[in-house]
Amino acid sequence: MNSSHPLMQLTLVRFREFVREPEALFWVFGFPIILAAGLGIAFRNRPAEVLPVAAVTPQLSASMRTEKLLDVRQLPPGEAERELRNGKVVLVAEPGANGAVVYRYDDTNPDGRSARMLADRAIERAAGRQDPVASKDTLMREPGSRYIDFLVPGLLGMNLMGSAVWGMAFGIVDARRKKLIKRLMATPMPREYYLLSFVLSRLVLLVVEVGAVLGFAVLVFQVPVYGSLVALAFFCVLSSMSFCALGLLIASRVQTIEAASGMTNAVMMPMWICSGVFFSAQRFPNIMQPLIKALPLTAVIDALRSNMLQGASFAQLAPEAGVLSAWLVVCFFVALKLFRWR
Amino acid sequence: MRHLRKTYKDVVAVNDLDLEVRPGECFGLLGPNGAGKTTTIEICEGLTPADSGEVEVLGLNWTRDAKALRQRLGIQLQETQLSEKLTVLETIQLFRSFFHQGPEAMEVIAMVQLEEKASARVGNLSGGQKQRLALACALVGNPDFLFLDEPTTGLDPQARRQLWELIEKFKLSGRTILLTTHYMDEAERLCERVAIMDHGKVIALGTPRELIASVCAEHMVEFSAGTHGHLLDLTAVSAIDGIRDVQRENGSVRMQVTALHRAVPALLAELGRQAVPLTELRTHSATLEDVFVTLTGRHLRGE
Repeated sequence: MNSSHPLMQLTLVRFREFVREPEALFWVFGFPIILAAGLGIAFRNRPAEVLPVAAVTPQLSASMRTEKLLDVRQLPPGEAERELRNGKVVLVAEPGANGAVVYRYDDTNPDGRSARMLADRAIERAAGRQDPVASKDTLMREPGSRYIDFLVPGLLGMNLMGSAVWGMAFGIVDARRKKLIKRLMATPMPREYYLLSFVLSRLVLLVVEVGAVLGFAVLVFQVPVYGSLVALAFFCVLSSMSFCALGLLIASRVQTIEAASGMTNAVMMPMWICSGVFFSAQRFPNIMQPLIKALPLTAVIDALRSNMLQGASFAQLAPEAGVLSAWLVVCFFVALKLFRWR
Repeated sequence: MRHLRKTYKDVVAVNDLDLEVRPGECFGLLGPNGAGKTTTIEICEGLTPADSGEVEVLGLNWTRDAKALRQRLGIQLQETQLSEKLTVLETIQLFRSFFHQGPEAMEVIAMVQLEEKASARVGNLSGGQKQRLALACALVGNPDFLFLDEPTTGLDPQARRQLWELIEKFKLSGRTILLTTHYMDEAERLCERVAIMDHGKVIALGTPRELIASVCAEHMVEFSAGTHGHLLDLTAVSAIDGIRDVQRENGSVRMQVTALHRAVPALLAELGRQAVPLTELRTHSATLEDVFVTLTGRHLRGE
């Protein structure tokens, strides 16, 4: 395309306005990466925790030390009691009548209950118990099943929504407020080019944006992408278009930035909460599920998660593609009907 | 060739208005704020639909030939804020891209004397420079007809004069201009013909000279005289030969005078006869402002 073509010029304007706005750059690129890094660190998988416990006799103490997951201290009864009350130990083992053992712990504390089981097993085994069934552990620590793996598709979806809805709504309403749309209408500029320039610049920025977030997640956290990259790209583009249409709908009549920002938040907030960005949307009651499934953000996040974490095929993701397409078509045509060109 | 006419009813925006702008002339729509100037010019620009009536621009019609018309018009709107993050050159390149023909971007920038600012951000320009950039955006398509809506409102005198020079240069190329303004001096300097608008109607139409001649005498005299107890009897003043339309206005007196060299001595003699002291005396050649005041009893700006 010739650089003096109006569509090219309009798209260039969109880029220039974007890159010359440092805050916009931060929210689109910096923010999701910082969020992913922060949450990734907070929820990193630590080695299984060692539980602090106390024993009041050397014999109990020696038995319990055979269990690696317990940190056993031998204390006189009074002090052991005090440490338990202060939370310094989660369990105290003391001898009972007739060679029995008494465990003191708070059964509402999961650590206390775990310590109870571990200590009991160690003491029984030390006393000669044979387990009738042999057992073996397989630990779940490989990429694909950690919280960060769950989180990255959610953040990606949230980012796709935010940048498209904001970019569209803010750009158009700002131009309308400044009477810039009216000024452009006074030139021979074809109207469709104006809207198309927003979509084109969004698509180009999308590549950079998704690349940055996904690249960071893959390189730093080894988040896997098991599904096809083509399907992943398809869903990024489709969802970005749907969210652009949603942004266009929000911007179609609004005159002020304040109104636009209020409407944008009102539209996006329920999706941030319900669509499973940070935790599974399954946690909401069953009665809400059909509604949640119909939200565009839920559809994107579900599709991205299935693609990245389970390697789902295109065919398996048809329902999500359907939801997104429906939003795209409906929002776009309603927006065009309502749009105020001045 | 061009001939525009419209009847339009809103609140009282434009009320049964007939106007014709002739090819090659600079036509001024003059009037106070709210007179309907902007509504009128926006109907001509095809930005606001008229409720009824007809508009013909360059022999074309907005309903049939909108596309062709847009290519031939240069439009400057009131209060457009161009994108502050773009440079002057980028802004002109954007607007230039919409037109099939016209000068190169740098040429247009040179026309409005912004060469030095070509790579400056629009946000860093002064008011006058922004206004010249807005004019440049209207010139990019080499228009046959230029619409300017209050091109110098809010500018300092020097910036206004600079803009007038640019508009005069454009006039020399023989193309047509329709401009609105509430500055009388602007209309007198730039326009071949003016229409004075008030409450959505044209109340006077003609060349600035004709208008002045039709309603006023050549000169205006204003004076203040008298003290609290000692008020001037105006009937005797009105009777002086060559003095007409004597009006009291906020403690001073305002009148039209045909022959200044005879009327002023006669006025002073009359004041002397009534023994009223003169505190202030001013005379000036009649302007369009005086035409407006005479026609409406109100000043153009203010209230």
